Amino acid sequence: MATKWLPRWFFQLASPRWCYQFTGKLLPWFALVSITLVIVGTVWGLAFAPADYQQGNSFRIIYLHVPAAILAQSFYMLMAIAGAVGLIWKMKVADMVAKSVAPIGASIAVLALLTGAIWGKPTWGSWWVWDARLTSMLVLLFLYLGVIALNSAIESESKAAQATAVLSLVGLVNIPIIKYSVEWWNTLHQPATFKLTEKPAMPAEMWMPLLVMVIGFYTLFGTALMLRLRNEILQRERRASWVRELLGVKA
Amino acid sequence: MAFETFAEFLDMGGHGLYVWLCYALGLVIISANLVLPIQQSKKVQRDLRRRLRREGESA
Repeated sequence: MATKWLPRWFFQLASPRWCYQFTGKLLPWFALVSITLVIVGTVWGLAFAPADYQQGNSFRIIYLHVPAAILAQSFYMLMAIAGAVGLIWKMKVADMVAKSVAPIGASIAVLALLTGAIWGKPTWGSWWVWDARLTSMLVLLFLYLGVIALNSAIESESKAAQATAVLSLVGLVNIPIIKYSVEWWNTLHQPATFKLTEKPAMPAEMWMPLLVMVIGFYTLFGTALMLRLRNEILQRERRASWVRELLGVKA
Repeated sequence: MAFETFAEFLDMGGHGLYVWLCYALGLVIISANLVLPIQQSKKVQRDLRRRLRREGESA
């Protein structure tokens, strides 16, 4: 395969050792920035943003629900893309990323569903309705769980990575369904707050803390991903001499 | 501030239970995502060290 057009860092990322050292440098900064952003966003959203004129204060759940829903989908796409890179270029680090993303993504999907249900009760009068948006988000959770189960069911690491990559790529079809579900079908669910082409419909005092939370969630779960990935790298590269040196074991 | 008193802040206009339940869940899920891999990392390094030493001795 012609790979000349790919930048050099792409191949550096392919080295587990380089990746371990690079994430080690990034981690403290990501952790610091993400925890600051999430605390600022939470306090801003809970105490300072104005109450919604229709929903009152229950709307403050948005500052948790929307970032969680966005992240659950972004991490799914990351898992599928990493899986595809692993399939095409036989890149071990990509397989490790795909494996490490899955449990994090599943837990965020759970958070999005639970906060949605709790928000639905005072707003719609029901914890759950079987409409397209809610159902497709539930399917997203099941896809994550399927990927995790499939990965742990196959003993060979490379075969497990191939099988889960194919499953996550097939499941990718669910992502546009989630996105457009509020436009294609009748629903109680409100449309997206942030769109690339339009200004948000809510005032700045309301969407600014939300934006802070979304960026905070990206960096926070990026931190969680790096932590998991580093464990995965160490375990799989245990035969490499650099791991021996790192752990202070003489060969 | 959107609230006059701390009691009003906790009450969230009568929706306090819903709002605080969500944020409690958020705290649990975020903490788990950070604490579990850190604990795992200690375990992985300890186990690997033991295993590599043992392999080094038997070789």
